Amino acid sequence: MNNVVNKAYKLLRKSEQVTDEQKTDQSKRSFIGGLVGASGLAVAPGVMLYQIASAKPADQAVTNKVRWGMLVNVNQCTEDCDACVTACNDEHGLWPEEGSSTDSQWIRKLTVKDPSTQNTKSFPVMCQHCEHPPCVDVCPTGASFKREDGIVLVNMHTCIGCRYCMMACPYKARSFVHEVLEDQLPSTPRGKGCVDSCNMCVHKVDAGDNTTACAQACEKDGHQAIVFGDLNDPQSEISKRLKDFGGTQIRADLGLNTGVRYQGL
Amino acid sequence: MDTLRYSSIAARSPKFWMLLIGLALIAVVGVLSAHHMEVEGHVITGMNNQIVWGLPHVFAIFLIVAASGALNVASIASVFGRAEYKPLARLSALLAVALLAGGLAVLVLDLGRPDRLIVAMTQYNFKSIFAWNIILYTGFFAIVGVYIWSMMDHSMQKYSKKAGLFVFIWRLILTTGTGSIFGFLVARSVYDTAMLAPMFIIMSFAFGLAFYVLVLLASYTWTQRPLGDFVLNKLRNLLGVFIASILYFVAVYHVTNLYATEHHAVEKFLLVDGGIYTTLFWVGQVLIGGLIPLALIYMPQTKNCRKTLMAACAMVIVGGFAQVYIIVVGGQAFPLELFPGMEVSSAFFDGEVSQYCPSIWEILLGIAGIAISLLLVTVGVAVLEFLPDSLSDKIVEAKK
Ligand code: SF4
Ligand code: SF4
Repeated sequence: MNNVVNKAYKLLRKSEQVTDEQKTDQSKRSFIGGLVGASGLAVAPGVMLYQIASAKPADQAVTNKVRWGMLVNVNQCTEDCDACVTACNDEHGLWPEEGSSTDSQWIRKLTVKDPSTQNTKSFPVMCQHCEHPPCVDVCPTGASFKREDGIVLVNMHTCIGCRYCMMACPYKARSFVHEVLEDQLPSTPRGKGCVDSCNMCVHKVDAGDNTTACAQACEKDGHQAIVFGDLNDPQSEISKRLKDFGGTQIRADLGLNTGVRYQGL
Repeated sequence: MDTLRYSSIAARSPKFWMLLIGLALIAVVGVLSAHHMEVEGHVITGMNNQIVWGLPHVFAIFLIVAASGALNVASIASVFGRAEYKPLARLSALLAVALLAGGLAVLVLDLGRPDRLIVAMTQYNFKSIFAWNIILYTGFFAIVGVYIWSMMDHSMQKYSKKAGLFVFIWRLILTTGTGSIFGFLVARSVYDTAMLAPMFIIMSFAFGLAFYVLVLLASYTWTQRPLGDFVLNKLRNLLGVFIASILYFVAVYHVTNLYATEHHAVEKFLLVDGGIYTTLFWVGQVLIGGLIPLALIYMPQTKNCRKTLMAACAMVIVGGFAQVYIIVVGGQAFPLELFPGMEVSSAFFDGEVSQYCPSIWEILLGIAGIAISLLLVTVGVAVLEFLPDSLSDKIVEAKK
């Protein structure tokens, strides 16, 4: 059943990209044209054979053999750095205005101070890609869903904008799109009146990049505080690290078994 | 003329038309502001990514809760067999349907994508209490419709009792479902209690009855039909019991919360230093919605006074509104606790009490919900036989 949903969603994503393309201006058109040229074939205007270049063929269903996750090493994250936040905004075309309470923000830096010891820690928080996501349970239309590989997404075609998922998420991970969006990126479909949140750079994952924008940026800045990988593969770096050093879940008491873990919390 | 007869309000006076047009105008303005919200996006409202449900949801939930309670009078007649309530049953059912319609209209018009209503009606995630509520609400219209029919059509009257029982059960489930919307939000401290669903049921009793009494008084006064004290005093006592029950439930809610250390912060927020929410609680909910109307109802001096009864009902509605506001908005304003016991801050308002200031658009939309409800009642009593010609003591007591 989930497979069917996943496939449908992928098709929808594709069709959305196609409609996007029809709407956007020439410069974007040529950008997508380049993308498609590499991986798809326009049969007739608007009709397109399309395949994302990826490690696995796009018609192959996402499997539950993998479970994508991230490990954040809090000790390696510094308070003054927000490279992951900037990278996420650039990757997905979010660019929230500073101090705005209505713009989408998928990842944020949290500063947590223990009042008894004055010890302060700083680290990023994004959608935790819960194994038992409350946002999926409450969504009336099933627009909020979890892929077989553990990535939690919102289907932009069936989200009615009720915001129940935002009420349900314990991590404040979701944003509602409060206004008309301009300059959207074709790889990250979003829309006014719908809810969105960290999609674990699903376009990169499906393309076989094996990383996310935030992890990449953190690495580039030399902190290497974020490790992306397959939690189901005992040989992956993330699994090895978790095995050696352990990893905490935020609000583990809720029993959601999050895909994002923290080391050194 | 001692027999009970129903008739539509035939006298379509200028006053009637003015009321109708006035309500319709308010409804249209509300729909237009919802449209404006849809075109511009919710950025023009006071809602944001911290307070994601705002005033429209307060109105909607209030009306939906009241809808179920408005049916009380009918239930008392058909389920509990109290014949003196029977003449009041038709209006009770009509008001229930009307309030639900008004509430749902607001809820739907506030969606980010109201144009996708069809998606909500055709694709269900059965794990979601919201999806179940859509079924419960739709079913409510159908069942109450049949119930009204069974009361109005002589040939159907034999089913009236059964329909009444069914409606009674259905609406208890419906209110439980509405209360459970919050019960599922485990991570939010204000909703972390099993008390919400039963509390919603008792809230519905009081809000619905208050609406009912106001509509009854207004329609009988304006159409100059006789309305005796017997009926009103019955309803008055009933209202008193419901108000007292709410106060009791609220007290239990807070006292049980105070037992649990992890809830002390949120209790302090609600009861002591939550600013607007604390004020709304003590002044709005407890004083205006509870203690004063209780006094108005039970003071011997006001025994047969209709004005004080009206005032008590209006206060119950205002207090109830404050209560729903505290639950919906206050529940979100209190920061989510990602790290209990720690001081948390971020560029995304973590660890802060969220601010909310409703915009004119939300207010207009919310008020339109009430207008839509009253419009439906007005049209209903004008075209169908909902109101008895007379509710004089003689007629009602003869039914006993
Ligand atoms: S963190 Fe929030 S949005 Fe992400 S899966 Fe969990 S509940 Fe859903
Ligand atoms: S806002 Fe969209 S994704 Fe969230 S619960 Fe509502 S329909 Fe589902």
